[in-house]
Amino acid sequence: MTNTNENKNTRRLKVGLAEMLKGGVIMDVVNAEEAKIAEDAGAVAVMALERVPSDIRKDGGVARMASIKVIQEIMKVSSIPVMAKVRIGHFAEAQILEELGVDYIDESEVLTPADEEFHIDKYEFKTPFVCGAKNLGEALRRISEGAAMIRTKGEAGSGNIVEAVRHMRKIMSEIRLIKSAGNEELVTIAKNMGAPVEIVSMVKESGLPVPNFAAGGVATPADAALMMQMGAESVFVGSGIFKSEDPAARAHAIVQSVTHYNNPAKLLEASKDLKEAMPGLDIHLLKDEERMQERGW
Amino acid sequence: MNKTIGILALQGNFSLHAKRIEELGAQSVEVRDCSLLESIDGIIIPGGESTTLLKLLDTKFRTTLTEKISKGFPVFATCAGLILLANKVINPEQTSLNLLDIEVERNSYGRQIDSFITKDLSWTKEGEEIKNNLNNNHETLEAVFIRAPKIKSIGKKVISFLTYNDTPVLVKQNNILACSFHPELSKEAYSIHELFLASL
Repeated sequence: MTNTNENKNTRRLKVGLAEMLKGGVIMDVVNAEEAKIAEDAGAVAVMALERVPSDIRKDGGVARMASIKVIQEIMKVSSIPVMAKVRIGHFAEAQILEELGVDYIDESEVLTPADEEFHIDKYEFKTPFVCGAKNLGEALRRISEGAAMIRTKGEAGSGNIVEAVRHMRKIMSEIRLIKSAGNEELVTIAKNMGAPVEIVSMVKESGLPVPNFAAGGVATPADAALMMQMGAESVFVGSGIFKSEDPAARAHAIVQSVTHYNNPAKLLEASKDLKEAMPGLDIHLLKDEERMQERGW
Repeated sequence: MNKTIGILALQGNFSLHAKRIEELGAQSVEVRDCSLLESIDGIIIPGGESTTLLKLLDTKFRTTLTEKISKGFPVFATCAGLILLANKVINPEQTSLNLLDIEVERNSYGRQIDSFITKDLSWTKEGEEIKNNLNNNHETLEAVFIRAPKIKSIGKKVISFLTYNDTPVLVKQNNILACSFHPELSKEAYSIHELFLASL
Protein backbone atom coordinates (compact mmCIF):
# COMPACT_ATOMS: atom_id res chain seq x y z
CA MET A 1 0.00 0.00 0.00
CA THR A 2 2.34 2.75 -1.15
CA ASN A 3 0.99 6.13 -2.06
CA THR A 4 2.99 8.83 -3.77
CA ASN A 5 1.12 11.44 -1.78
CA GLU A 6 2.11 9.93 1.52
CA ASN A 7 4.63 11.41 3.92
CA LYS A 8 6.22 9.44 6.71
CA ASN A 9 8.63 10.15 9.53
CA THR A 10 8.46 13.90 9.06
CA ARG A 11 9.14 16.37 11.83
CA ARG A 12 5.41 17.11 12.07
CA LEU A 13 4.65 13.46 12.74
CA LYS A 14 7.41 13.26 15.33
CA VAL A 15 6.23 16.35 17.18
CA GLY A 16 2.65 15.19 16.56
CA LEU A 17 3.09 12.10 18.70
CA ALA A 18 4.56 14.25 21.48
CA GLU A 19 1.44 16.43 21.21
CA MET A 20 -0.73 13.36 21.75
CA LEU A 21 1.13 12.56 24.97
CA LYS A 22 0.32 15.94 26.54
CA GLY A 23 -1.38 15.95 29.90
CA GLY A 24 -0.14 12.43 30.53
CA VAL A 25 2.33 10.41 32.54
CA ILE A 26 5.16 8.43 30.96
CA MET A 27 6.30 5.69 33.32
CA ASP A 28 9.62 3.87 33.57
CA VAL A 29 9.13 0.09 33.49
CA VAL A 30 11.70 -2.72 33.57
CA ASN A 31 9.53 -5.67 32.49
CA ALA A 32 6.23 -6.61 30.89
CA GLU A 33 4.48 -7.00 34.22
CA GLU A 34 5.29 -3.40 35.19
CA ALA A 35 4.27 -2.22 31.73
CA LYS A 36 0.86 -3.78 32.24
CA ILE A 37 0.48 -2.13 35.66
CA ALA A 38 1.47 1.21 34.14
CA GLU A 39 -1.00 0.95 31.25
CA ASP A 40 -3.81 -0.17 33.57
CA ALA A 41 -3.12 2.81 35.81
CA GLY A 42 -3.56 5.19 32.86
CA ALA A 43 0.03 5.79 31.69
CA VAL A 44 0.14 7.54 28.34
CA ALA A 45 3.38 5.75 27.37
CA VAL A 46 5.99 3.55 29.00
CA MET A 47 9.75 3.91 29.00
CA ALA A 48 11.47 0.54 28.74
CA LEU A 49 14.75 0.22 30.58
CA GLU A 50 16.76 -2.41 32.37
CA ARG A 51 17.00 -0.72 35.75
CA VAL A 52 15.21 2.35 37.07
CA PRO A 53 17.51 5.34 37.72
CA SER A 54 17.69 4.83 41.49
CA ASP A 55 19.03 1.30 40.93
CA ILE A 56 21.47 2.53 38.27
CA ARG A 57 22.70 5.01 40.86
CA LYS A 58 23.05 2.30 43.48
CA ASP A 59 24.64 -0.36 41.28
CA GLY A 60 27.18 1.87 39.55
CA GLY A 61 29.09 0.56 36.54
CA VAL A 62 28.11 1.28 32.93
CA ALA A 63 24.39 1.68 32.23
CA ARG A 64 23.43 0.81 28.64
CA MET A 65 20.36 0.48 26.44
CA ALA A 66 18.00 -2.19 27.84
CA SER A 67 18.20 -5.74 26.54
CA ILE A 68 16.23 -6.27 23.34
CA LYS A 69 14.32 -9.13 24.93
CA VAL A 70 13.03 -6.90 27.72
CA ILE A 71 12.00 -4.15 25.30
CA GLN A 72 10.29 -6.67 23.00
CA GLU A 73 8.31 -8.16 25.85
CA ILE A 74 7.22 -4.70 26.93
CA MET A 75 6.21 -3.81 23.35
CA LYS A 76 4.21 -7.02 23.13
CA VAL A 77 1.99 -6.32 26.13
CA SER A 78 1.59 -2.56 25.61
CA SER A 79 -1.09 -0.92 23.48
CA ILE A 80 0.31 2.52 24.35
CA PRO A 81 3.54 3.96 22.88
CA VAL A 82 6.79 2.37 24.06
CA MET A 83 9.90 4.49 24.48
CA ALA A 84 13.41 3.31 25.26
CA LYS A 85 16.65 4.96 26.30
CA VAL A 86 19.99 5.11 24.54
CA ARG A 87 23.30 6.46 25.82
CA ILE A 88 24.16 10.04 24.84
CA GLY A 89 25.91 9.91 21.47
CA HIS A 90 25.32 6.18 20.95
CA PHE A 91 23.73 6.28 17.52
CA ALA A 92 24.20 2.53 16.99
CA GLU A 93 22.00 1.77 20.00
CA ALA A 94 19.46 4.17 18.45
CA GLN A 95 19.67 2.39 15.09
CA ILE A 96 18.85 -0.88 16.83
CA LEU A 97 15.87 0.63 18.65
CA GLU A 98 14.59 2.10 15.41
CA GLU A 99 14.87 -1.29 13.73
CA LEU A 100 13.00 -2.80 16.66
CA GLY A 101 10.22 -0.25 16.14
CA VAL A 102 10.07 1.58 19.47
CA ASP A 103 7.86 4.66 19.25
CA TYR A 104 10.24 7.20 20.84
CA ILE A 105 13.94 7.17 21.72
CA ASP A 106 15.23 8.97 24.82
CA GLU A 107 18.87 10.03 24.42
CA SER A 108 19.33 10.00 28.13
CA GLU A 109 21.79 11.21 30.73
CA VAL A 110 20.49 8.43 32.99
CA LEU A 111 22.63 5.98 31.02
CA THR A 112 26.42 6.27 30.87
CA PRO A 113 27.34 8.59 27.97
CA ALA A 114 28.99 6.93 24.97
CA ASP A 115 30.27 10.24 23.64
CA GLU A 116 31.35 13.05 25.94
CA GLU A 117 31.50 15.59 23.14
CA PHE A 118 28.68 15.00 20.68
CA HIS A 119 25.02 14.06 20.84
CA ILE A 120 23.26 11.96 18.18
CA ASP A 121 22.30 13.55 14.86
CA LYS A 122 18.63 12.87 15.39
CA TYR A 123 17.61 14.06 11.92
CA GLU A 124 19.17 10.85 10.60
CA PHE A 125 16.40 8.82 12.23
CA LYS A 126 12.80 8.01 11.38
CA THR A 127 11.99 7.45 15.05
CA PRO A 128 11.39 10.60 17.08
CA PHE A 129 13.73 11.55 19.95
CA VAL A 130 13.26 13.15 23.35
CA CYS A 131 16.23 14.72 25.13
CA GLY A 132 16.84 16.23 28.54
CA ALA A 133 17.79 19.84 29.24
CA LYS A 134 18.76 21.97 32.24
CA ASN A 135 18.19 25.27 30.50
CA LEU A 136 16.86 26.72 27.26
CA GLY A 137 20.21 26.77 25.46
CA GLU A 138 20.58 23.05 26.01
CA ALA A 139 16.97 22.45 24.91
CA LEU A 140 17.50 24.43 21.70
CA ARG A 141 20.76 22.62 20.92
CA ARG A 142 18.92 19.31 21.17
CA ILE A 143 16.08 20.63 19.00
CA SER A 144 18.61 21.78 16.42
CA GLU A 145 19.96 18.21 16.37
CA GLY A 146 16.43 16.99 15.65
CA ALA A 147 14.82 16.27 19.04
CA ALA A 148 11.00 16.37 18.79
CA MET A 149 10.34 16.61 22.53
CA ILE A 150 12.24 18.17 25.43
CA ARG A 151 12.12 17.17 29.08
CA THR A 152 13.86 18.62 32.09
CA LYS A 153 16.80 16.56 33.27
CA GLY A 154 16.06 17.04 36.95
CA GLU A 155 18.12 14.60 38.96
CA ALA A 156 16.96 11.12 37.96
CA GLY A 157 16.59 8.48 40.67
CA SER A 158 16.87 11.03 43.47
CA GLY A 159 13.20 11.18 44.47
CA ASN A 160 13.93 14.87 44.92
CA ILE A 161 12.04 17.36 42.77
CA VAL A 162 14.35 20.32 43.40
CA GLU A 163 16.46 19.93 40.25
CA ALA A 164 13.48 19.47 37.92
CA VAL A 165 12.02 22.64 39.44
CA ARG A 166 15.29 24.46 38.90
CA HIS A 167 15.47 23.35 35.25
CA MET A 168 11.83 24.08 34.46
CA ARG A 169 12.02 27.55 36.04
CA LYS A 170 15.16 28.27 34.10
CA ILE A 171 13.70 27.14 30.77
CA MET A 172 10.43 29.03 31.30
CA SER A 173 12.13 32.25 32.38
CA GLU A 174 14.53 32.12 29.43
CA ILE A 175 11.56 31.66 27.07
CA ARG A 176 9.95 34.75 28.61
CA LEU A 177 13.20 36.65 28.22
CA ILE A 178 13.40 35.85 24.50
CA LYS A 179 9.75 36.67 23.93
CA SER A 180 10.26 40.15 25.35
CA ALA A 181 13.60 40.72 23.60
CA GLY A 182 14.00 42.99 20.60
CA ASN A 183 15.09 41.50 17.28
CA GLU A 184 18.48 43.21 17.62
CA GLU A 185 19.10 41.24 20.84
CA LEU A 186 18.53 37.79 19.39
CA VAL A 187 21.99 37.13 17.97
CA THR A 188 23.65 37.99 21.27
CA ILE A 189 21.14 35.88 23.20
CA ALA A 190 21.79 32.99 20.80
CA LYS A 191 25.55 33.39 21.24
CA ASN A 192 25.28 33.45 25.03
CA MET A 193 22.94 30.48 25.11
CA GLY A 194 24.96 28.50 22.61
CA ALA A 195 21.92 27.93 20.42
CA PRO A 196 21.24 28.67 16.73
CA VAL A 197 19.69 32.09 16.21
CA GLU A 198 17.04 30.61 13.86
CA ILE A 199 15.60 28.56 16.68
CA VAL A 200 15.91 31.46 19.13
CA SER A 201 13.81 33.48 16.65
CA MET A 202 11.23 30.68 16.54
CA VAL A 203 10.98 30.85 20.33
CA LYS A 204 10.38 34.60 20.16
CA GLU A 205 7.69 34.07 17.54
CA SER A 206 5.74 31.19 19.07
CA GLY A 207 7.46 29.68 22.11
CA LEU A 208 9.35 26.39 22.30
CA PRO A 209 8.80 24.60 18.97
CA VAL A 210 8.34 21.18 20.61
CA PRO A 211 6.44 20.00 23.70
CA ASN A 212 8.20 20.54 27.01
CA PHE A 213 7.79 17.79 29.60
CA ALA A 214 9.08 17.37 33.17
CA ALA A 215 11.35 14.57 34.35
CA GLY A 216 13.85 13.75 37.04
CA GLY A 217 12.81 13.37 40.67
CA VAL A 218 9.00 13.12 40.51
CA ALA A 219 7.89 10.91 43.42
CA THR A 220 4.43 12.11 44.47
CA PRO A 221 1.18 13.37 42.92
CA ALA A 222 2.05 16.79 44.37
CA ASP A 223 5.44 16.75 42.59
CA ALA A 224 3.67 16.06 39.30
CA ALA A 225 1.11 18.84 39.86
CA LEU A 226 3.91 21.25 40.80
CA MET A 227 5.70 20.61 37.51
CA MET A 228 2.47 20.97 35.50
CA GLN A 229 1.67 24.29 37.18
CA MET A 230 5.15 25.50 36.31
CA GLY A 231 4.47 24.88 32.64
CA ALA A 232 5.33 21.23 32.00
CA GLU A 233 2.99 19.68 29.44
CA SER A 234 3.41 16.09 30.69
CA VAL A 235 5.41 14.26 33.31
CA PHE A 236 7.91 11.40 33.18
CA VAL A 237 8.11 9.30 36.32
CA GLY A 238 11.17 7.09 36.69
CA SER A 239 11.89 5.38 39.97
CA GLY A 240 9.00 7.20 41.69
CA ILE A 241 6.38 4.58 40.89
CA PHE A 242 7.98 1.16 41.08
CA LYS A 243 10.29 2.08 43.97
CA SER A 244 7.34 3.18 46.10
CA GLU A 245 5.41 0.83 48.36
CA ASP A 246 2.26 0.91 46.25
CA PRO A 247 3.12 1.21 42.53
CA ALA A 248 -0.36 0.69 41.03
CA ALA A 249 -2.11 3.09 43.41
CA ARG A 250 0.65 5.68 43.13
CA ALA A 251 0.73 5.44 39.33
CA HIS A 252 -3.04 6.02 39.23
CA ALA A 253 -2.73 8.95 41.67
CA ILE A 254 -0.03 10.63 39.60
CA VAL A 255 -2.12 10.22 36.43
CA GLN A 256 -5.04 11.93 38.20
CA SER A 257 -2.83 14.73 39.50
CA VAL A 258 -1.42 15.54 36.05
CA THR A 259 -4.94 15.93 34.59
CA HIS A 260 -6.29 17.90 37.54
CA TYR A 261 -3.07 19.76 38.34
CA ASN A 262 -4.97 22.99 38.93
CA ASN A 263 -7.62 21.54 41.21
CA PRO A 264 -6.47 21.20 44.86
CA ALA A 265 -9.54 19.17 45.86
CA LYS A 266 -8.72 16.55 43.23
CA LEU A 267 -5.06 16.63 44.22
CA LEU A 268 -5.99 15.93 47.83
CA GLU A 269 -8.22 13.09 46.69
CA ALA A 270 -5.37 11.62 44.61
CA SER A 271 -2.80 12.00 47.40
CA LYS A 272 -4.63 10.47 50.32
CA ASP A 273 -4.39 6.77 51.19
CA LEU A 274 -1.02 6.37 49.48
CA LYS A 275 1.71 4.39 51.23
CA GLU A 276 5.36 5.43 51.47
CA ALA A 277 6.95 7.20 48.50
CA MET A 278 10.38 6.14 47.28
CA PRO A 279 13.25 7.20 49.53
CA GLY A 280 14.72 10.56 48.52
CA LEU A 281 18.27 11.87 48.30
CA ASP A 282 19.63 15.23 49.41
CA ILE A 283 21.00 16.75 46.19
CA HIS A 284 23.69 18.62 48.12
CA LEU A 285 25.16 15.38 49.38
CA LEU A 286 25.63 13.98 45.85
CA LYS A 287 29.20 14.08 44.59
CA ASP A 288 29.80 15.81 41.27
CA GLU A 289 30.28 12.52 39.44
CA GLU A 290 26.98 11.25 40.87
CA ARG A 291 24.99 14.08 39.32
CA MET A 292 23.46 12.59 36.15
CA GLN A 293 22.30 16.01 34.97
CA GLU A 294 25.90 17.02 34.29
CA ARG A 295 26.11 14.44 31.50
CA GLY A 296 25.65 15.98 28.05
CA TRP A 297 25.99 19.71 27.41
CA MET B 1 -20.66 32.76 15.57
CA ASN B 2 -21.31 32.83 19.27
CA LYS B 3 -20.90 29.17 20.05
CA THR B 4 -18.82 27.80 22.91
CA ILE B 5 -17.15 24.46 22.32
CA GLY B 6 -15.96 22.36 25.23
CA ILE B 7 -12.68 20.53 24.66
CA LEU B 8 -12.33 17.40 26.75
CA ALA B 9 -9.03 18.17 28.48
CA LEU B 10 -8.35 15.02 30.46
CA GLN B 11 -5.34 14.11 28.35
CA GLY B 12 -4.15 14.58 24.79
CA ASN B 13 -3.90 17.23 22.17
CA PHE B 14 -6.68 19.45 23.48
CA SER B 15 -4.87 22.79 23.21
CA LEU B 16 -4.55 22.67 19.40
CA HIS B 17 -8.26 21.89 19.01
CA ALA B 18 -9.00 24.96 21.10
CA LYS B 19 -6.78 27.01 18.81
CA ARG B 20 -8.53 25.80 15.64
CA ILE B 21 -11.98 26.43 17.11
CA GLU B 22 -11.01 29.98 18.02
CA GLU B 23 -9.43 30.61 14.63
CA LEU B 24 -12.82 29.72 13.16
CA GLY B 25 -14.51 32.33 15.33
CA ALA B 26 -16.07 30.24 18.12
CA GLN B 27 -15.15 30.16 21.82
CA SER B 28 -13.49 27.22 23.49
CA VAL B 29 -13.29 26.03 27.06
CA GLU B 30 -11.41 23.12 28.64
CA VAL B 31 -13.66 20.49 30.19
CA ARG B 32 -12.38 18.13 32.89
CA ASP B 33 -15.58 17.22 34.73
CA CYS B 34 -19.37 17.66 34.63
CA SER B 35 -19.38 21.25 35.85
CA LEU B 36 -19.26 22.98 32.45
CA LEU B 37 -21.32 20.52 30.43
CA GLU B 38 -24.49 22.63 30.63
CA SER B 39 -22.85 25.80 29.37
CA ILE B 40 -21.33 24.49 26.13
CA ASP B 41 -22.87 24.00 22.69
CA GLY B 42 -20.85 20.93 21.75
CA ILE B 43 -17.81 18.98 22.81
CA ILE B 44 -14.60 17.80 21.13
CA ILE B 45 -12.98 14.59 22.31
CA PRO B 46 -9.37 14.92 21.19
CA GLY B 47 -6.64 12.50 20.27
CA GLY B 48 -4.42 11.15 22.99
CA GLU B 49 -4.33 7.67 24.46
CA SER B 50 -7.77 6.05 24.64
CA THR B 51 -6.74 3.78 27.54
CA THR B 52 -5.71 6.85 29.54
CA LEU B 53 -8.88 8.76 28.67
CA LEU B 54 -11.00 5.82 29.83
CA LYS B 55 -9.19 5.79 33.18
CA LEU B 56 -9.69 9.48 33.67
CA LEU B 57 -13.41 9.51 32.90
CA ASP B 58 -14.79 8.82 36.37
CA THR B 59 -18.16 7.11 36.69
CA LYS B 60 -20.20 10.26 37.22
CA PHE B 61 -18.61 12.17 34.35
CA ARG B 62 -18.79 9.17 32.06
CA THR B 63 -22.47 8.53 32.80
CA THR B 64 -23.46 12.17 32.42
CA LEU B 65 -21.52 12.64 29.20
CA THR B 66 -22.78 9.39 27.66
CA GLU B 67 -26.37 10.25 28.47
CA LYS B 68 -26.02 13.75 27.08
CA ILE B 69 -24.49 12.54 23.81
CA SER B 70 -27.09 9.80 23.41
CA LYS B 71 -29.78 12.48 23.73
CA GLY B 72 -28.34 14.42 20.81
CA PHE B 73 -25.59 16.65 22.23
CA PRO B 74 -23.15 17.50 19.39
CA VAL B 75 -19.76 15.81 19.67
CA PHE B 76 -16.71 15.77 17.46
CA ALA B 77 -14.26 12.96 18.20
CA THR B 78 -10.81 12.52 16.69
CA CYS B 79 -8.50 9.50 16.83
CA ALA B 80 -8.55 8.32 20.47
CA GLY B 81 -11.88 10.16 20.81
CA LEU B 82 -13.32 8.03 18.01
CA ILE B 83 -12.09 4.89 19.79
CA LEU B 84 -13.78 6.07 22.97
CA LEU B 85 -17.18 6.42 21.24
CA ALA B 86 -17.07 3.24 19.11
CA ASN B 87 -19.43 0.34 19.77
CA LYS B 88 -16.65 -2.20 19.33
CA VAL B 89 -12.91 -1.82 19.82
CA ILE B 90 -10.31 -4.43 18.89
CA ASN B 91 -6.49 -4.81 19.11
CA PRO B 92 -6.87 -5.20 22.02
CA GLU B 93 -10.56 -5.32 22.91
CA GLN B 94 -11.47 -2.58 25.35
CA THR B 95 -14.53 -0.97 26.84
CA SER B 96 -15.95 2.18 25.29
CA LEU B 97 -18.90 4.54 25.57
CA ASN B 98 -20.87 2.59 22.96
CA LEU B 99 -22.33 5.58 21.16
CA LEU B 100 -21.11 5.25 17.59
CA ASP B 101 -22.02 2.18 15.55
CA ILE B 102 -18.58 1.32 14.17
CA GLU B 103 -15.97 -1.32 14.77
CA VAL B 104 -12.52 0.15 15.17
CA GLU B 105 -9.07 -1.40 15.33
CA ARG B 106 -6.48 0.41 17.43
CA ASN B 107 -2.96 1.08 16.10
CA SER B 108 -4.14 -0.42 12.86
CA TYR B 109 -1.51 1.14 10.59
CA GLY B 110 1.35 0.08 12.87
CA ARG B 111 3.66 1.86 15.28
CA GLN B 112 4.90 5.46 15.24
CA ILE B 113 7.35 4.71 12.44
CA ASP B 114 4.32 3.92 10.22
CA SER B 115 2.48 7.14 11.06
CA PHE B 116 1.80 9.20 7.93
CA ILE B 117 0.39 12.33 6.36
CA THR B 118 -1.68 11.95 3.21
CA LYS B 119 -3.64 13.94 0.67
CA ASP B 120 -4.96 10.81 -1.01
CA LEU B 121 -8.45 11.28 0.33
CA SER B 122 -11.80 10.96 -1.40
CA TRP B 123 -15.05 12.59 -0.38
CA THR B 124 -18.08 10.37 -0.72
CA LYS B 125 -21.26 11.66 -2.37
CA GLU B 126 -22.70 12.59 1.04
CA GLY B 127 -19.40 14.20 2.02
CA GLU B 128 -19.30 16.33 -1.13
CA GLU B 129 -22.78 17.71 -0.46
CA ILE B 130 -21.92 18.82 3.03
CA LYS B 131 -18.49 20.16 2.21
CA ASN B 132 -19.75 22.37 -0.63
CA ASN B 133 -21.51 24.55 1.90
CA LEU B 134 -18.32 25.36 3.75
CA ASN B 135 -15.98 28.35 3.45
CA ASN B 136 -12.84 26.24 3.25
CA ASN B 137 -14.22 23.79 0.70
CA HIS B 138 -11.57 24.51 -1.91
CA GLU B 139 -8.60 23.68 0.25
CA THR B 140 -6.51 20.61 -0.49
CA LEU B 141 -7.42 18.42 2.39
CA GLU B 142 -4.63 16.72 4.27
CA ALA B 143 -4.96 14.08 6.96
CA VAL B 144 -2.40 13.34 9.66
CA PHE B 145 -2.53 9.76 10.96
CA ILE B 146 -0.52 9.06 14.14
CA ARG B 147 -0.58 5.48 15.46
CA ALA B 148 -4.05 5.74 14.07
CA PRO B 149 -7.08 3.52 14.47
CA LYS B 150 -8.89 2.11 11.43
CA ILE B 151 -12.65 1.93 11.06
CA LYS B 152 -13.25 -1.71 10.11
CA SER B 153 -17.00 -1.50 9.58
CA ILE B 154 -19.84 0.97 9.98
CA GLY B 155 -23.46 0.40 10.97
CA LYS B 156 -26.53 1.36 8.91
CA LYS B 157 -27.07 4.69 10.65
CA VAL B 158 -23.48 5.79 10.07
CA ILE B 159 -22.62 7.90 7.02
CA SER B 160 -19.10 7.91 5.62
CA PHE B 161 -17.99 11.35 4.38
CA LEU B 162 -14.37 10.76 3.53
CA THR B 163 -12.27 7.71 2.68
CA TYR B 164 -8.60 6.79 2.45
CA ASN B 165 -7.86 3.60 0.47
CA ASP B 166 -11.61 2.87 0.51
CA THR B 167 -11.69 2.93 4.33
CA PRO B 168 -13.94 5.51 6.00
CA VAL B 169 -11.86 8.07 7.92
CA LEU B 170 -14.57 10.65 8.66
CA VAL B 171 -18.05 9.50 9.64
CA LYS B 172 -21.27 10.91 11.04
CA GLN B 173 -24.07 9.33 13.01
CA ASN B 174 -26.74 11.90 13.91
CA ASN B 175 -25.08 14.28 16.40
CA ILE B 176 -21.72 12.48 16.33
CA LEU B 177 -18.94 13.47 13.93
CA ALA B 178 -15.77 11.39 14.19
CA CYS B 179 -12.50 10.96 12.32
CA SER B 180 -9.54 8.63 12.67
CA PHE B 181 -6.96 11.31 11.85
CA HIS B 182 -5.85 14.61 13.44
CA PRO B 183 -7.42 17.66 11.76
CA GLU B 184 -6.02 19.86 14.56
CA LEU B 185 -2.46 19.08 13.38
CA SER B 186 -2.95 20.41 9.87
CA LYS B 187 -3.59 23.87 8.50
CA GLU B 188 -5.05 22.08 5.48
CA ALA B 189 -7.89 20.53 7.43
CA TYR B 190 -9.88 23.53 8.65
CA SER B 191 -12.90 22.23 6.83
CA ILE B 192 -13.25 19.34 9.28
CA HIS B 193 -13.61 21.62 12.31
CA GLU B 194 -15.81 23.87 10.23
CA LEU B 195 -18.02 20.91 9.38
CA PHE B 196 -18.55 20.36 13.10
CA LEU B 197 -19.25 24.03 13.84
CA ALA B 198 -21.69 24.21 10.93
CA SER B 199 -23.65 21.30 12.36
CA LEU B 200 -24.40 23.12 15.64
